[in-house]
Amino acid sequence: MFRHAMVTGALLFGLLGLADQPRAAEPQRIVSVGGALTEILFRLDVQDRLVGVDTTSQWPSEAEALPQVGYQRALAAEGLLSLSPDLVLATEAAGPPAVIEQIRATGVEVRIIHGDPSPEGLVEKIRAVAEAVGRPAAGAALAEEVAEKMRRVEARLGEVSDRPSVVFLLSAARGSPMAAGRDTAADAAIRLAAGLNPLAAEMVGYKPLNTESMIGAAPDVILLTDRTLEGLGGIEGVLALPGVSLTPAGRHRRIAAMDDLYLLGFGPRLPAAIADLAAELHPRLAPETRLGLGRMDPSR
Amino acid sequence: MKARALALRFGLVTGSGTDPRMRFGRAPLVLIGLSLGLALMSIVALSVGAVEIAPTRVIAILAHGLGLDLPWAFEPEQAAVLGAIRAPRILLAILVGAALAVSGAAMQGLFRNPLADPALLGVSAGAALAAVSVIVLGATLLSGLTRILGTATLPIAAFGGSLVATLLVHRLASRDGHTAVATLLLAGIAINAIAGAATGVLTFVADDNQLRTLTFWTMGSLGGATWSTVAVGAPLILAAIVLIPLHARALNAILLGESEARHLGFEPERVKTLLVILVALAVGTAVALSGIIGFIGLVVPHLLRLTIGPDHRWLLPGSALLGAILLLGADLIARTLVAPAELPIGIVTALLGGPFFLWLLASRRGRGF
Repeated sequence: MFRHAMVTGALLFGLLGLADQPRAAEPQRIVSVGGALTEILFRLDVQDRLVGVDTTSQWPSEAEALPQVGYQRALAAEGLLSLSPDLVLATEAAGPPAVIEQIRATGVEVRIIHGDPSPEGLVEKIRAVAEAVGRPAAGAALAEEVAEKMRRVEARLGEVSDRPSVVFLLSAARGSPMAAGRDTAADAAIRLAAGLNPLAAEMVGYKPLNTESMIGAAPDVILLTDRTLEGLGGIEGVLALPGVSLTPAGRHRRIAAMDDLYLLGFGPRLPAAIADLAAELHPRLAPETRLGLGRMDPSR
Repeated sequence: MKARALALRFGLVTGSGTDPRMRFGRAPLVLIGLSLGLALMSIVALSVGAVEIAPTRVIAILAHGLGLDLPWAFEPEQAAVLGAIRAPRILLAILVGAALAVSGAAMQGLFRNPLADPALLGVSAGAALAAVSVIVLGATLLSGLTRILGTATLPIAAFGGSLVATLLVHRLASRDGHTAVATLLLAGIAINAIAGAATGVLTFVADDNQLRTLTFWTMGSLGGATWSTVAVGAPLILAAIVLIPLHARALNAILLGESEARHLGFEPERVKTLLVILVALAVGTAVALSGIIGFIGLVVPHLLRLTIGPDHRWLLPGSALLGAILLLGADLIARTLVAPAELPIGIVTALLGGPFFLWLLASRRGRGF
């Protein structure tokens, strides 16, 4: 069955001459572990080779119809291999390490795609993914396009003089919301959108929100993911959190929410996501900040 | 008089009228049945999984491994999955299941209490805490330790953690050779809470890389089985599984009461110390290899007592077999139900074990053993 599909695929591929630079063995059955990687694969137009994705791959919506390999940190070796992949693309978050080892032990290539949450990291990710699937030319074009859009957003934001302070909240499955410190995708996104994360100085990673430090941080805006907003019971729920009413954000009801993959995934939609966030942070800039990028936020 | 009859029945003394039921009782048959069951379950577990491999091919692959070529063709991918993933995982399930069940049976005998279970009494949590400490602090505070012990650091640390927890529970709950149920459970709850809190503190300071490893610990999974982890764990667990049943008669004697055990020529204190160390070794290693898996140690000895009675000479080996069968079955569900993803095995054992435990409480109220 598997071999049959391989042969048919290879034949079709060879006949149609679709590759931009045909190579001996291009991966035909890819499992993607990481929402941003899946987005890049779709943008490179190789989604027909995707045979499985993880739970974070929620965009574009076609990705959600693919077989689910589960949560990226708790992968199952045999389950993943049952999709007969010839390439597993994964972020550094993929695990557990032993499972990655097992998959490699059976001879399946596992390519860990690095890239910190930054425009440079995104370009790096696009190039690495494109290289892994044998589409370097398409990858270079996409990387250039994204970098160009990002430059335009940054140029426009360079003129902004005020930097509103933004506290980012994320709710895990249960318990109180966590706030983002430095070395987080949320912190990087806030900085890119010409905002200031007052918690970055004293906190690393996501830590349970301390009411008093939030009041002390006096954020102008409280930023959350759509899912967190929903979990807390909408804007009113956020305003009702202890301490929020004592911050400028609470007083002026400046609560912003965005889709988590869109804002924190640092995938190909990053320029639009940053532009959207900037529009929330700098209302007076809003009309021009859009830069004709179009509203690509899937959540609204 | 009653004690004498019990002692006879447990083979602690020999009398002219040895109970004939002991020689031709149900227990040996049950044990033979369990052995066959384990063999059957292993074959089923080996043939079923997310990757489809027909039983004939499984046999062909195994035979090929032994140098025999059978007429059933198989793909190299199938051989790789079977050899590198499924086989070590099945061995790990057998080892861990047997270790947890034997430990549960031994603890229940030791504490003369049917509620004793490694997970319930904090023994697993102690092992997990030690393991988590090694993961989070291994590169900094405990770097000396990891340098000396290398890859064995984790199982050894887990053994240490479970040993401390077992000794603590034992010390807290034992008064003049008796363990009070309430104190025992409260001690277990306290140790679970403390170990849980300390683990929480460690997750707080852990970086993203370490958190990834931690998730695996707290949920319990056999998914990390490789030949090297099995090779590290097997000797330690097998030693415990073989040595614990050697104290079956002593446990039977303790069941009658510690002074009675002394009259029969056993040294309860020495037996207890030995068993505590062996249980800690088995549970610690099991936790180090697969995280915390609950209910096996609690449910298995109970099931067996209902079928073959409380004699530890049958109960201990029987528990090892049934524990292995149950964990194999639970893991089979865990890795096939939501394929290509998988369920944490702790969820499966809790789903199977939780209701059973409630039923047990409801149906056997007021009866100890």
